[in-house]
Amino acid sequence: MFCVKAEVEETLKRIQSQKGVQAIIIVNAEGIPVKTTLDNSSTVQYAGLIHQLVMKARSTVRDIDPQNDLTFLRVRSKKNEIMIAPDKDYFLIVIQNPTE
Amino acid sequence: SCPKQKQHPEQKRKNAPGPAFLSHLPVTGHPDYIFPLVLTSATQELFCCRADVDVTGDEPHKLLRKEDILRDMKNRAAVSDFSPLKQAVLDYPEEELLLVFDQDFTYGQSFYLVLTAGAKEDILRPPPGMEEEEEEGDELLEVQKTPEPKPWLSLGSEREIQEESVTDTRPRVYKVSRVRRQFGAPVCFWDHSAGAMRGSYVECPSYQDKSFSLWRMEKENSVQAIPNTKSSSSQTLWKYPRNMCTQYEPRELEDEEKERLLQSADLKNFLNSVSARFELAIQQNEIMDVFLDDWRALGDEENVLGGKVDTHLKEYQSFTHTHYSTNKTISCLSWHPTVNGVIAVAVTENLSFEERINNSTRLLLNPSLILFWSFSDPINPQLLLECPDDIFCFEFCPSNPNIIAGGCMNGQVALWDISAHVDRLQGARGGGAARTSNADDTRDIAPPTVRYCAVSGVESGHRAPITDIQWLPETFEVSRTGTPLENKTLISVQIVTCAPDCCVMFWDLRAPRTVVNALTDTKPKPEEKTVENPYGVPSTFKHLDLTWKPLFRVHTHTHFSHSHSPSPTPPDKSVTVGDRPEPPDYGQLHLPSAKHQRQTDDISTKFYVGTEDGEVVYTDWKLEKDNDSGQLFSPKPTHCFRVHDCLVNTVSRSPFYLDIILTVGGWNFAIWKEGVMTGPLVLSACSQKRCSAGAWSLTRPGVMYIGKEDGNLEVWDLLEKTHEPSQIQSVTTFPITCIKPWTVSLKQQLLAVSDHQGTLHILQVPWMLRHPAANELSVSRYFEKEVEHLVYFEKRTEMREREKKQVEAEEQRRRMVRSSFSWWASLLDNICPKNICAGRN
Repeated sequence: MFCVKAEVEETLKRIQSQKGVQAIIIVNAEGIPVKTTLDNSSTVQYAGLIHQLVMKARSTVRDIDPQNDLTFLRVRSKKNEIMIAPDKDYFLIVIQNPTE
Repeated sequence: SCPKQKQHPEQKRKNAPGPAFLSHLPVTGHPDYIFPLVLTSATQELFCCRADVDVTGDEPHKLLRKEDILRDMKNRAAVSDFSPLKQAVLDYPEEELLLVFDQDFTYGQSFYLVLTAGAKEDILRPPPGMEEEEEEGDELLEVQKTPEPKPWLSLGSEREIQEESVTDTRPRVYKVSRVRRQFGAPVCFWDHSAGAMRGSYVECPSYQDKSFSLWRMEKENSVQAIPNTKSSSSQTLWKYPRNMCTQYEPRELEDEEKERLLQSADLKNFLNSVSARFELAIQQNEIMDVFLDDWRALGDEENVLGGKVDTHLKEYQSFTHTHYSTNKTISCLSWHPTVNGVIAVAVTENLSFEERINNSTRLLLNPSLILFWSFSDPINPQLLLECPDDIFCFEFCPSNPNIIAGGCMNGQVALWDISAHVDRLQGARGGGAARTSNADDTRDIAPPTVRYCAVSGVESGHRAPITDIQWLPETFEVSRTGTPLENKTLISVQIVTCAPDCCVMFWDLRAPRTVVNALTDTKPKPEEKTVENPYGVPSTFKHLDLTWKPLFRVHTHTHFSHSHSPSPTPPDKSVTVGDRPEPPDYGQLHLPSAKHQRQTDDISTKFYVGTEDGEVVYTDWKLEKDNDSGQLFSPKPTHCFRVHDCLVNTVSRSPFYLDIILTVGGWNFAIWKEGVMTGPLVLSACSQKRCSAGAWSLTRPGVMYIGKEDGNLEVWDLLEKTHEPSQIQSVTTFPITCIKPWTVSLKQQLLAVSDHQGTLHILQVPWMLRHPAANELSVSRYFEKEVEHLVYFEKRTEMREREKKQVEAEEQRRRMVRSSFSWWASLLDNICPKNICAGRN
């Protein structure tokens, strides 16, 4: 059990150590955050909003072609970039500031 | 012989209107040119047209000679069958008439006679149009031709329409009757509303007639199918409105739940599968920013190597006056803070001290002036301010630009109030069009002169010419001991001056409290004076005139020369002048009692002063209390740097960085950072000519303008080169005395340069010098690097010191060892030198 957690930590650390990464959030299928590196209120806000966005994006892709599915979503804004990878049970959200 | 003609079975007869001469014939069911008649057998035999013998159904036509018919009529007169046709036969144009055997009794009789030649022809020789009918059917199968418009084929319908239409059978008749006596009299008609009088017209309205009602048995209807809808509503009971709110919080997982999830293999698999995508995406972002518009970013950077013409300061205007400013120098200049295009210069005599004494009588007659120039009028100054003596420095009050404070050569501080003439200054800007009607011609000849409205007391002021004057910012004021206090009124009321008599004085503009102070022996002067105002001076500062004393003075032992700069306000306390709707009335202010004022701790009371000898002194103005005697005295300066060789003529803070200060003096200039006390950050190399003035650029943090003794203006750009100016431009041939930049608008920035000969030059700053480059903020990094440089050097010197000490200590120890050894040796020698020798013996 422990080694699973360590592995999870290690993967997250690897992503976190990349240049410009500001936050990582793991959210379950209902939109409730499981693990985060941000403060609680921001995490909850991100989780709720992004969950809706991912649901919408996924349904869009599947409506166009039912055999297709969403694999990765990148939202680029002026200040940073939000990357979301959805899965059956979880999503992983990473916020990066690419220009620094 | 009777010609025989085949009759076509589907013969169509053309209907031609009957000839006019037959109109007398009775209207029957046959055309007019056909006359059915009965031929007796005798007549038949006579004309060889016996029925079914000579003429048959197949050959019904028989041509009869007109002569024969006429002879027959003559012979048998009334008995002849042709007798009713006598006239028609006589009128017949041709020789032969056509008789047709009418087997089917189409016209009622067994024979008929054709009465017109055209009809005869038509009947005998039917038109060829009939034969084409058979061929048409074949063609229809091959090609669908677009139907071409054919001529109208009348089938008698126009006769029906004509019969149906209602037309006038006779022209309309209007009958008007008058009384006989009014015959010939003029008529007067007027309008009359039809609905007003019932009986004036007869109406036939339409009505539903039951006898003609129709039943519509068939009706067209269309049907569309839609999904089933059902609408319903309900009414709730709403007795009274009630506020309601919902409070919610987001769902969160319990810690145990989170732990459990984090340890599930599910999550691990998910992360493993997904992290590769993230790494790819993140690294992509790092490698290159795909959203950066290179083209746009390229345009911002300047081509520094471009032609020097771009960076040339163009001469915009220059001001000089033959009467007021010849043979004089401009000692100080200042832009009017609110009125655009107005600049004030102080002109002083260009004489040495001895010459002044020799010429003192002449000087008294020609008072010193401050001239106000406006861009709209380069020849005549707009306003003159009269000064008690030559002014070396003056400043506009930041809260009220109508108040000007100046420091004189004899140590007095003078105040002017130009509120009465502000309109003139503002009006002059507009040029000729803005001149109001009450402007008289004298305005062009002699500008108004405003005398100073208050002057400090001669004994209480400085003992040397005041070299710099500054208004304290409006956010704080200073008490009698120098402690900064919160300024509740938020207007600038205090001035700081310095002079080479080793004093920095603080002055307050407000009237002292009228409570008689036992410590001082000032007689309370009555506010109102009857004998007043010979010069028409506004009484704003009457309370100060000739009795003005400084609030306190900072006495140090160095001779101050020029410009000092009090600390600026901390950024969060800055107040813009625009917040106040009208300028405050200085005449009404009074010094508040010290009890009510709060001390502000975040204002630094330290400031930089430049001295006559070229030193830069950093000291504190707060007076300290001597514990022994209880007297207040000013502390010693904390730091004193000698970097310039001659008197310091400019000390100014950078408009961008609050702790960067520029000092100009002698043959070089220096940039300091407040707090770094080891030395200047940047010290320029000594130049060939003396630097006589300096100023920071208002828009570019790394650019400064240095004026030289030979009239050259040097532009230094710290980001470009620090060892020499990036540009040198010759502005005038005389030494430059003062430089002040001013931003007119986003597109225009002007630089005012005054010279020693009394001319004021206004130069336009080119785009390159006023537009900050993209990396302009790296100037701060440059300064930081310099600071680190200094710190490094300090450390090095310390290290060297330490090393030196170590080496010396070593030396010392070695010497000591040697000396102690020699001492022992000498001691032994003294005690028993013979022993040793004896021993040897």
